[in-house]
Parts: sequence; C-alpha cells; structure tokens
Amino acid sequence: MSAITNTIFSPELAARFDKLVTIYPVKRSALVPMLLYAQDEVGYVSDEVVAELAERLDLLELDVRSVLSYYSMLRTKPAGKYNVQVCTNISCMLRGGFELLQHCKDTLHIGHKETTKDGLFSLEEVECIGACCWAPAVQVNYDFHENLTPAKMDAVLAGYAAGKGANEPPSPSIGSPAPEAK
Amino acid sequence: MPTIVSHPDEVKVLSRRFGKGATNIDKYIALDGYKATQLAIEKGPEWIIAEMKASGLRGRGGAGFPTGMKWSFVPKTSDKPKYILVNGDESEPGTCKDHVLFLEDPHAVIEGTIIAGLAVGAKTGFIYLRGEYRYLLKIMEKAVADAYAKGFLGKNIFGKDGVDFEIITQTGAGAYEVGEESALMESLEGKRGIPRIRPPFPAVVGLYGGPTVINNAETIANAPHILLMGGEAYAKLGTERNGGTRLFGISGHVERPGVYELPMGYSLRDAIYKVAGGIKGGKALKAVVPGGASCPILKADEIDVGLDFDQMAKAGTMLGSGGIVVLDETVSIVEFALRTIRFYQHESCGWCIPCREGTDWIKKTLTRFHAGGGNKKDIDNIQYLAENMMGRTFCPLGDAAAMPTLGFVKKFRSEFEEYLEGKRVENLLIQITPVGEPELAGAAH
Repeated sequence: MSAITNTIFSPELAARFDKLVTIYPVKRSALVPMLLYAQDEVGYVSDEVVAELAERLDLLELDVRSVLSYYSMLRTKPAGKYNVQVCTNISCMLRGGFELLQHCKDTLHIGHKETTKDGLFSLEEVECIGACCWAPAVQVNYDFHENLTPAKMDAVLAGYAAGKGANEPPSPSIGSPAPEAK
Repeated sequence: MPTIVSHPDEVKVLSRRFGKGATNIDKYIALDGYKATQLAIEKGPEWIIAEMKASGLRGRGGAGFPTGMKWSFVPKTSDKPKYILVNGDESEPGTCKDHVLFLEDPHAVIEGTIIAGLAVGAKTGFIYLRGEYRYLLKIMEKAVADAYAKGFLGKNIFGKDGVDFEIITQTGAGAYEVGEESALMESLEGKRGIPRIRPPFPAVVGLYGGPTVINNAETIANAPHILLMGGEAYAKLGTERNGGTRLFGISGHVERPGVYELPMGYSLRDAIYKVAGGIKGGKALKAVVPGGASCPILKADEIDVGLDFDQMAKAGTMLGSGGIVVLDETVSIVEFALRTIRFYQHESCGWCIPCREGTDWIKKTLTRFHAGGGNKKDIDNIQYLAENMMGRTFCPLGDAAAMPTLGFVKKFRSEFEEYLEGKRVENLLIQITPVGEPELAGAAH
C-alpha cells in the first residue's frame, strides 16, 4: 500500500519510493534518484511527476523544479524510446566522436535533442560519459557501446530498431583477453 | 564493455582482482577480501590513520590531498553524526578509472568505506555514482546487499558488538559540478549542485551538518590494500610524498588505450610509448593533457616527467585525475581548446560570476575564432578572461576551465596566429555554425 493513495507510478516503483524516502537522515536526499527513476518509468519528468514527488517529500513543486532544471539527464519532454547519446568530448573527439554524431544525424534524419517521427530514436550530443579509454563511445538509454565506427553504429541502431539490446543485461567484462604487451 | 588491458610494467595493487570475478563476494573473500576490515576493527582508529599517513596516499580525484591527514581532521567527538561520502561522480573528461573499479572490484570500495568509517567514528557511508553509470550502480547495489547478507554491513558487523556500519548507494543525474566535494554534498541532500564556501571544511561541517570525509572512489578502495600490505610498503611503491600506485586512463591517439595501474612517479613518456603502445598509426606526438581536461597541456618535448603530483606541478601542470589524453600531430589546438571550453561552459553551475561569464565569453570568442572570424586581439582576450577567472570562484571549476585555456593560448600561441592567417588544418572536426555580429564587443579590454 503506497504512502500516496493515487500514485501515478507502477506499484513496484511506488513501493520503492515509499522505502527510499525513509533511508536517509533527511527525506529530501531521495529527490535526485527519484527524479531519475520516475523519468525512467514515465519517459520524462512530467508535471504530474513533479507534483507527486513534491508531495512525497513535503517539498514545494518549485523546489522540485529548481533541482530538476539543474541536472542534464533529466528532461521535461518525452524523448525517443531509445535515446542515443553520442559523446564528443576530448577523448571521443580524437577517435571519431564528431564523425559518429554526424553519422547518427544523417542516418536518423534528426539533430541534437530531436526525436524521429516514429518516436523510436532521439539523439543527443553529450559531454564525457566516462568511457574515454574505449572511445568513441555512445550510450543508448543506459547501455554503453564502445570502440564504435559508423558501421558498428549502424549495427547498434539496427539492433535497437529490431527490438534487441534494449534490456540487454550488462554482462561483466571478466575474462576479456588482454592484448599482448610488447 | 570496457576492455581490461595489461602491461608488464604495471604494479597491480588496486587492480590485482580485476578480471578475476571479484564482483562475486565469495570470490572476493577468497582473494583476501574483507580481511583488512577485520584487521581494522581489531587494531582501532589510531592504527588505521597511522597506516594511512605512512602510506603517503594522496587523493585520486585530482587535488592530491594526503588521505591520512584528511581523515585525522575529523573531530573525535561530535554532536552530529559523522559520515563517509565516496565520490564516484567521475566526470572529468579523459577519466574512466572508477568505471573499471566499480565494474571489477566493487567490494574494495565497500571495504574502504567501512575502514574510513572505523577510522573517524562514522557509522554511515554513502557511495555516490554519476547517473550515467546505472549498470555500475546495479553492480554496487548487489555488492552492498551481499555484504549485508554476510553480516559485513549493518549492526554488529563481523560479529563485533557495537560495531555498526550502513552503506547507502546513490545515483546522480548528470552534472560535472557535482564531482566537486561541496556540490556533491548539496546533491546528496537533494538540491542543485551548487558549491559551498569553505571554511568550514567538510571534515568539520559536512553532510547534514555533520563531520564528513569525502574521498574519491579510487582513494577509498586503496585503504584495504594499504592496511593489508602496511602503509610503509605501499609508500615505497611510489615516490617521495607520493605513495603507491595509481590507475591511469590513457586515451586518445595511442595504440592501446586503457586503464593501467602504474607506480606513482612512472615516466609519462613510457606510459605513452611503452605501456599504451605509442602513437596510433605511427604518427608524431603533438601534445598531452596529462590528468583530465582541466590540466594544462604539455607539448611533445615536455613529456619527460614523472607521473606524481609534485613532478607534474613542477612541470607547470597537474596529475589531476590520472586521465592521460594523447594528441597526435593532426589535432588543431584551436579546435581542441574550443571543445574543452564548450564543456566547461556547459558544466559551469552559474553560481560564481567569473566562472559563468568567463567560460561563456571564452566559448563565444573561440567559436567565432574557429569559424574564421577571429582577430589577433582575441588571443589576448582569451588569456585575459582566463587569468581573471583564476582563484576567483567558490569551487575549482573556474580554475579547471581557465588553466587548460591558458595552456592552449600560451603554449600554442603561434598556432592560433597561423589559424588567423588561414593556415587551418584540413579536416576540422567541429561543425562551424554561422556566428552573428561580433559578440565580443565590450567583453574584455
């Protein structure tokens, strides 16, 4: 039974939020994770999300919006089902990040922060995603794709379009062969 | 998935469990896991801090503050609860070492957090990961749950009465600035990541007003290794005042990019040419950004320097986060400078005017310059703007933007001048967007 009677979230997420607000010394500490988890489920941070999170945390909607506007992963409009985030920061730039971004623009026929007509893909040029040694790297939703080329990017996009790879659980990299040192 | 690389020159302390399945708690225990925590419980806080001080370990986030000293600053008694805050917001461009650490050895991070808690008398630790690291957060959450199930976290850990420690994992939601310690606390308190003025320092007034130790994830993961091998033995692996080893992420134009664990003081030249296999495609080296985007660039003839905090400072740059970004001869420094400042302008939180305005004007100037609308005075203006940001902001983001910018215009001034004369590199990477009338009027004189 959720703490909120008419929650807009799934029972699982509502239950998770009920718990999340209790684990910190101060309830408000749950706000940033809640915004992100709510976005994961709803697709974006809607007015309804803002209202419910404010209620759950005893905050003004204004407080929630002030925090919401600060973090770059949070959005107030829907994105595509698969949000393609191309890093062009220095390490990726040196290994073809801009080429990859242009390739995605040409292939998907959309620009930065735009969504394809069928709502399947959206595209974003993002800042460093912490995959510098495996550049150029792209994140599709939360999945990392590394050491990409335009051809590999096509395969990645085709995989998502075919409904594969979206919920692919990350497998640990254990055992990947180390290259022979000279 | 990150490729795990290896080289004979590596000294594997922190990375010794990488690739061995240590995410599994039983595997971790079999590889000497959680022994250091039990030793720490047995020997007590004074011993822990003495070992940490003897180890010469300095903060791996970038500032290089001695860890043992940081822990010793926490007051023994406090009316408010004390906290350990682990900074896994890894966002410095060129840096992906914590990525590998969370992926391959999450329990070392947990153990380090407990040890820090035992050292300063904290009973709660937070492990904060950047929002983009969702799959790593899941790995950390599983590791924490497994540690609770074994009785290594919670009440009376390891069966010791009255020894309690809780760990809460937290996700960010996209913000470079939150990697700064005081902004990190704000974010964890559910606010915008705006820096706090110091003093008071977090060791005295930190999270929720309580004394707080904030350490980078790699720093904290070193603690169990130090306690097991002894602080002095760890110190000996490195150079004077720069104990131990460090995870270096080598990226950019090298043959074998990757995260390598090298002893502190290891030669930058060897890191590039030996460990990472030299410049990609046999091209010539142009420059190196030695420790993440915020570190002043080194020219090709400046790389005979040891990778420790003091030698890098002497060379006029910083060891920073250990992210070594290698540029070959084809890179346009004008373009590289533009991409760098675009990042800092995007990430400036806007709280301090010199940073907010400075990054914006440098970006505008460089965008126009890059597009072919520059003039000689722009180069001076860029330098003037950067110099006036230095040391004038609450947090180091202003400096982090200004320092590399100064490096670019001072060390590569001739390249900026040649750019004006039309000697541009052939293949510019950043698309030129038409810029309107000179926006610079009145910016800086």
